[in-house]
Amino acid sequence: MSLLKSIAYRLVILAATIVAGGLLSATLARYAPGFGADERQLDARLSSESIQAIRSASREERSMATYYARSLLRLARGDLGNSRSLQRPVRELLAERGAVTLRLVGAGLAIAWGFALLLVLASWTFHSEAVEKACAVGAGLLLCLPAGAMALLLILLNGPGYVALALVVFPKVHRYLSDLVGATARMSHIVTAKAKGISEVRILCWHVVPVIRREVLALAGVSVGLAISAAIPVEALCGIPGVGQLAWQSALARDIPVLIVVSLLVIAFTVMANSGADLLADERRQLS
Amino acid sequence: MRAARTVALVVASLIAMVSLAGSLLPRFEYSRQDREHFSAGPSPDHWLGTDAVGRDRLARLLHGTRVSLSLAPAAAALSLLLAFVAGAAPGFAGGVSERVAKTIIDLVLSIPWLFLLLIVRAMLPLNTSPAASATITFLMLGLLGWGVPARILLARARRLRQSEFVLLARASGLPRWRLLLVHVMPNLLPVLVAQFWIAVPVFILAEANLSLLGLGVAEPLPSLGSLLRELETVLSIRGDVCSFGALIVLVVMVSSLQIAFVKHEVS
Amino acid sequence: MRRALFRMCLLLLVLVSVGSCLDELRFYLGSDPKTFNPALVADDASETIRYLTGGVLLRLNRQTQQVEPELAAAWRVSKDGKTITFQLRNGVRFSDGTAFSAQDVKYTMDALMDPALHSPTGDAFRSGPGKLTSVVLTADRISLTFPAPVAGLEKLFDQVAIVSANSPKKEMAALGPFYVADYKPGAYITLRRNPNYWKHDDAGHPLPYLDGVKLEIQANHDIEMLKFSRNEIHLINSMDADYFDRIAQVAPGKVRDAGPSLDSEQMWFNQVPGAPIAAFKLEWFKSRNFRRAVSAAINRSDLCKVVYGGHAVPARGPVSPANKFWFDSQLPQARFDPSYALQLLREDGFRLTAGKLVDRGGHPVEFSIVTNAGNRTRERTATMIQADLRAIGIMVNVVTLDFPSLIQRISENFNYEAALLGMTNVELDPNAQMNVWLSSSDEHQWNPRQKTPATPWEAEIDRLMRAQASALDDKTRKKNFDRVQEIVAEQAPFLYLVNKNALVGVSPILQGVVPVAARPQTYWNIERIRFSAERASNGK
Repeated sequence: MSLLKSIAYRLVILAATIVAGGLLSATLARYAPGFGADERQLDARLSSESIQAIRSASREERSMATYYARSLLRLARGDLGNSRSLQRPVRELLAERGAVTLRLVGAGLAIAWGFALLLVLASWTFHSEAVEKACAVGAGLLLCLPAGAMALLLILLNGPGYVALALVVFPKVHRYLSDLVGATARMSHIVTAKAKGISEVRILCWHVVPVIRREVLALAGVSVGLAISAAIPVEALCGIPGVGQLAWQSALARDIPVLIVVSLLVIAFTVMANSGADLLADERRQLS
Repeated sequence: MRAARTVALVVASLIAMVSLAGSLLPRFEYSRQDREHFSAGPSPDHWLGTDAVGRDRLARLLHGTRVSLSLAPAAAALSLLLAFVAGAAPGFAGGVSERVAKTIIDLVLSIPWLFLLLIVRAMLPLNTSPAASATITFLMLGLLGWGVPARILLARARRLRQSEFVLLARASGLPRWRLLLVHVMPNLLPVLVAQFWIAVPVFILAEANLSLLGLGVAEPLPSLGSLLRELETVLSIRGDVCSFGALIVLVVMVSSLQIAFVKHEVS
Repeated sequence: MRRALFRMCLLLLVLVSVGSCLDELRFYLGSDPKTFNPALVADDASETIRYLTGGVLLRLNRQTQQVEPELAAAWRVSKDGKTITFQLRNGVRFSDGTAFSAQDVKYTMDALMDPALHSPTGDAFRSGPGKLTSVVLTADRISLTFPAPVAGLEKLFDQVAIVSANSPKKEMAALGPFYVADYKPGAYITLRRNPNYWKHDDAGHPLPYLDGVKLEIQANHDIEMLKFSRNEIHLINSMDADYFDRIAQVAPGKVRDAGPSLDSEQMWFNQVPGAPIAAFKLEWFKSRNFRRAVSAAINRSDLCKVVYGGHAVPARGPVSPANKFWFDSQLPQARFDPSYALQLLREDGFRLTAGKLVDRGGHPVEFSIVTNAGNRTRERTATMIQADLRAIGIMVNVVTLDFPSLIQRISENFNYEAALLGMTNVELDPNAQMNVWLSSSDEHQWNPRQKTPATPWEAEIDRLMRAQASALDDKTRKKNFDRVQEIVAEQAPFLYLVNKNALVGVSPILQGVVPVAARPQTYWNIERIRFSAERASNGK
């Protein structure tokens, strides 16, 4: 029962967080400068009446709270609204682009984590500070490279976009994992295990991982958020037609209908990833 | 590895001193445009060549390094202070405060802060000096960039709360605040240091991207970030290494400081 | 069974070889088209689709800049300039086989002129209050009567793609050389040759020569340049000088400089009364001497050389020299003379103190220039202007903003001091700029929506623009518009900086491409573009 209660409680908090986050995002977008501005206003061919009509097009969204409430009711009915800038149903836009972004984020995260774990394992196995420092320098190089430059490099090499995403997420994941494992290595029970001659792999799997699992899960949750945030510039720069590119274009165009839906999705993903990680960590703690 | 730490420290100090000293010399004027020699390679007049409008690259590198390396660490420190307050403290306290903190952190991580930055830009006078706009930009980065470290600190603090030495200290009657600052804080230090060295280059790069919103370091004042943005186009690949000067400086600086100060994390 | 399998494989092989031998032109669109309805076209991508698929009554030849018959074999404009009568070609069909007739023209024009549509193309025809009257005289004759004379009437029909009144495919049934065969949002649009296209070449071969056009959607210019360098795309319709020079270094035959384009880059000062800027600054900006001084302090030759790599010319006024008829060659060249600038400023009571310019009230002269972020050439232009004005003691702050914020400032809340933007001229006729020059208009950027003209010279411009709009002969119109250009040069409400050149990329395996200044620069004669025989050996 406690598991069910815990899940139910988390779901309620999750839903409330998502709705509140969506409202905050929509409000920020509404009150940011440029709301209601349309580049067609600079078209010298348009008459005064046409320009007035363009300006009034966003009238419905001027009262944000009411508009947001109506949007949520529409969303509950499955109506995601219409994009003002692209003149198409939001549902269609997301259907076309969602799979692209999921593939990008999934593959990027898998590569970033795989590579980070591999390097941490190598560092653990070889006990070499030189290896550790080399990894630090490599990760440092990636942190210093702008996402645009990484995307450019991949364009030059005809590489896939998820590699750029992996390169953005990897240094942050590796840095923290490496620090975590290093700190755990100094704990007394690890020293004892080593002194008793237990193999490195066994120590890592049975004595280090259980200690750091909660933080690793927290990091996993955070890395999902990082990957989703990184997907926006990567898609925009590499010209990948995913949700990230849509989010960036909609943000620049102040396309509130799209922004509300995309914000809700991003918040939902981030919050669910973090909450899922927390739930797993809690359950293991309760079981152990 | 002590030798490596020493070398790293010397390199980092050299970069800092050279950028400070160089930026004070009149010879290295960052805004003067030599319009007869724009996008030029190295020459006796311009040791690292010139940029697209004929400004001396070395001068801009020296000034940009000084601007970024003085403001980005300050912003990183601010974000970590906020992360400590918003993440470590509730993580250590547990209960409702921990749950509320997690929710707030999740929201902060997923809200598009782009719009808040646009609002900040709209509130600023148009004639903000480059120095003031640089300071405000890094301040905003510090105020908004605490989400990721807060989450990590929260998890770590939670683990520490359940550790034996803390239980022992609590059983001994130590007040919570003292426990947090005197006993828990040192154990969080490695995480804070690691996050600091991640945050510095991230903020340097983020500042450059904020120029798309009207924030960032205003022309003609350079920053490492704005110099790095020039690398975001295929046109920057010219075969002379001088165009990558900003990247080289930043990588060397960040790596040196990581080698010098992050030794304690690995035995 | 084996034989059937063998035949199937053979068929597949043939199909694949045929597919790869299709003469398909490939180039990039910067974004998804916002609409396939030709009446609502307002963005570049939609305009490209309209140009390639739409059949028009009259076509402006981009090379000669003269109007030529298309679907209308002949036309006549009435003496009062209000009515135009078209004699349509016979035997023309839409891409789906539906017959073309005067009914389709009526249907198109009636829809276009619906004020509720807010069509930029439709609004261009609106010369006065009242409705269009379209009368189908016969199946191949139609007369259109406007409520008031429309200046440059024939040229406007270049933008009107005729839509079928009867076809079930509506606007997707094309009269142009191609029709939309496939559209994958965010990825590409495939056009295929219109089997019913009415045009033939001199030898009687049906046009277009190409089998199709593939338009991939890609906003990143680096990717565009790389793909062009690798021969994966065949055209770049417009590129920046940096990319032009980079490609020219390795493959000079692949890029062409078609000379000055119709576009201009300009700067202006905010003169809106009550704008939320310091009152003393507003006084500066309203001063003709101040504006002309700033203009004289800007080195346009350097802008052309440094920012545009020599691929631009200093601008003299609102019309580019590429606009052969409307350009006023008598206008003086913009003068770079900082000492003259200081002289003009002294006349208005400004003085230099310790290298800084101050006004009569002792205020240091400092203002901001807003421009759109992400546009490298414009950012560099602003940086160079900043340096030029510092030489005469004026401090300039460059503020780059995202486009919606910029539009809001310059069009709605007027919270800006100076702005730097470009004007994209799609049409040659100055009537298209009516809303820029009329003081009551929204596009009168420096002080829009005036109830009465704020200055005598703006009142004069209003009068001249209305006069040229109602005049029916081009000579009178030119005389009036030349005078507008002279007033603009004298008063400098806009500081025209440069006319950048039309820089294009053309694959050497293409034949028939003649780059021009007017849009679309490379594929304006798409039906006559073909691949050369070399393509067979290249396999591209």
